[in-house]
Amino acid sequence: MSRITRFSGRDPGPAARMSGFLTHLRENGLRLGVGETELALAGLTCIKAARVTETRSALKAICSGCKEDIERFDDLFAAYWMNDGRVRTKITTSQAQSSFTGASSSNKTGSDQSDKAGTPEAPKNCEEEAESDGIGKLIASKTSNLKRTDLRNLIQPEDVIKAEKIAEKLGQALKDRRSRRRRAASKGDRLHFRKIIRKSLASGGEPINLVHKKRPDRRKKIAAICDVSGSMTIYARVFLAFLMGLMRNDPKTDAYLFHTRLVRISEAMRDKDAFRALTRMSLMADGFGGGSKIGASLDRYQRSYAKHFVDGRTVVLILSDGYDTGPQDHLAMALAKLKKRGCKIIWLNPLKSWREYQPIANGMAMALPYIDIFKAAGTLEDLAALETELTFL
Amino acid sequence: MNFSALQSAMAQHGYMASDDLAVALHLAVSLERPILLEGAAGVGKTEVARVLSAVHNTQLIRLQCYEGLDASQAIYEWNYQRQLLAIRSSGEAGETGSQIEKRLFSEEFLLERPLLAAIRHHKPPVLLIDEIDRADEEFEAYLLEILADFQITIPELGTLKALSKPMVVLTANGTRDLSDALRRRCLYTYVDYPDRRTELAILQARCPDIEANLAQQVIGFVQKLRREDLEKTPGIAETLDFAAALMGLGIADLTADPAVLQASLTTLLKTQTDQANITTEVAQRLAGQAA
Repeated sequence: MSRITRFSGRDPGPAARMSGFLTHLRENGLRLGVGETELALAGLTCIKAARVTETRSALKAICSGCKEDIERFDDLFAAYWMNDGRVRTKITTSQAQSSFTGASSSNKTGSDQSDKAGTPEAPKNCEEEAESDGIGKLIASKTSNLKRTDLRNLIQPEDVIKAEKIAEKLGQALKDRRSRRRRAASKGDRLHFRKIIRKSLASGGEPINLVHKKRPDRRKKIAAICDVSGSMTIYARVFLAFLMGLMRNDPKTDAYLFHTRLVRISEAMRDKDAFRALTRMSLMADGFGGGSKIGASLDRYQRSYAKHFVDGRTVVLILSDGYDTGPQDHLAMALAKLKKRGCKIIWLNPLKSWREYQPIANGMAMALPYIDIFKAAGTLEDLAALETELTFL
Repeated sequence: MNFSALQSAMAQHGYMASDDLAVALHLAVSLERPILLEGAAGVGKTEVARVLSAVHNTQLIRLQCYEGLDASQAIYEWNYQRQLLAIRSSGEAGETGSQIEKRLFSEEFLLERPLLAAIRHHKPPVLLIDEIDRADEEFEAYLLEILADFQITIPELGTLKALSKPMVVLTANGTRDLSDALRRRCLYTYVDYPDRRTELAILQARCPDIEANLAQQVIGFVQKLRREDLEKTPGIAETLDFAAALMGLGIADLTADPAVLQASLTTLLKTQTDQANITTEVAQRLAGQAA
């Protein structure tokens, strides 16, 4: 869902409109700086800017930075430049006070009403429609605001700090398995004399090429997949804080949320500002607290992201209660395929701490053979207790 | 040159670029910005650079990235062996110490690696930095510096400025995430598998001898196959191999001989699971739909 911003008829010229467009993109989560505005304007001089398709392709190349951006760009472009936004302000011919529809009137920020029509560069129909302020926030954006606050309330800063400490310990238990052997390397702590002598033969005994050796690092990466469906809501607070901790501890960690579909949140979590990270995350996590399709989500994971990020040195951490609304065998099949990539799979199930818990939830029982460690985890203390287990992995 | 001129020039060299890609390339050349191409393996990202250099009639300099790529392999290196030899011979010739030193660290003993070579041309070459996501993050940071200023500082020699700004094409296929900083410096285009019409045009450009009927069938078959649940989706290169194999076997109709079709699938399916999944029956069904 894209937020709609309109350019204002008051804008003095194309530069202002372009910066308005960039602001619009920024508000929709694209990461753009001032330089891009400049570049976008420069770019338009190289093409026939009057042709919409050409302009769209050009701005797409300049403003997007990843595949997801590309997929959303056409809608964002249309929402700003074209006349087909979902909410329209009423067209007024009077120059005193433009009237608003109920939806946007409460959001009016710019109070100075200008009687100037836009510059000739603007498409005419847009000018008339855009007499309201340029940064209209409409109903759609309000709902996402509400969701955002929800997620913020879920995670407390002190939890994150605590989780970060635990995650650090877990991370250390997992990573940095140095090999005992030393291998020839261009940079290393010791000289590889055998090779040096052998190579020096060619140069009459002069050791020209110095070869070093070192212990290769065998790092483990973590890919954490967290269930945020309705049944997990009470644990979500702990788990999200834990993910955050993992992420901040080791930036190579990969993090995902799923409910009925899978969302990658690594990029958002990597944000240095913890609260901005949450904001970005909540923008992506609509459907938070809904039903859960574990099998389908994991299947999508092993089909897409896992292909690039999961290898023999990866630990896949699944945080879920195993209640699946999809077909039973989906989960086991997805895990089997994931396991084939050589990774270790750890499943942390908050329900397992119940005394009489049996893994009979749909699919959970069938998934057990593919799981290396199946543990209880409902609180941060439980997570901390995992450290010893992980050392032996 | 506008973008459609570039598009048709590329088509003459056998590359069918989509409008998005052509505009992006046109902008990259006019704005002198690097362009980052992402996409699955086998969609023709590397080929873009080759064709771009052919269109502009200029040299293509390629830097293949890999884990552990460092400055000495990507930018420059002193030719230590020659330097040592020069020291020995100069002792006999009676050169003074400072003379030798000056000579040792001159361009005579400098080994140009791709990045340095790219900025030392008078006519701007195309610099292809292939599979940037395979290189380490440290290298990415170094690359940023070069892409921003187009100059390289060699402590012994001073700063070498670019004689002309190369056209830089970076490719990536998602082995790891690239940094935001690098993405921001570049224009970006996602190269997808071509649609039916485009792929047919590519096939006809690359295999002009192919019969129209077979070409239609091959493209229909591959397009259908891409929608199947495969571990490794076949790219354009695979399609061309497949067509070449069929032509070599003298096949005019895909549905004619199931055994031959199954045998020629080795050009399209590159993992054991995929080969097991696409059985003769499945292949026949797809071929039937494509025909």
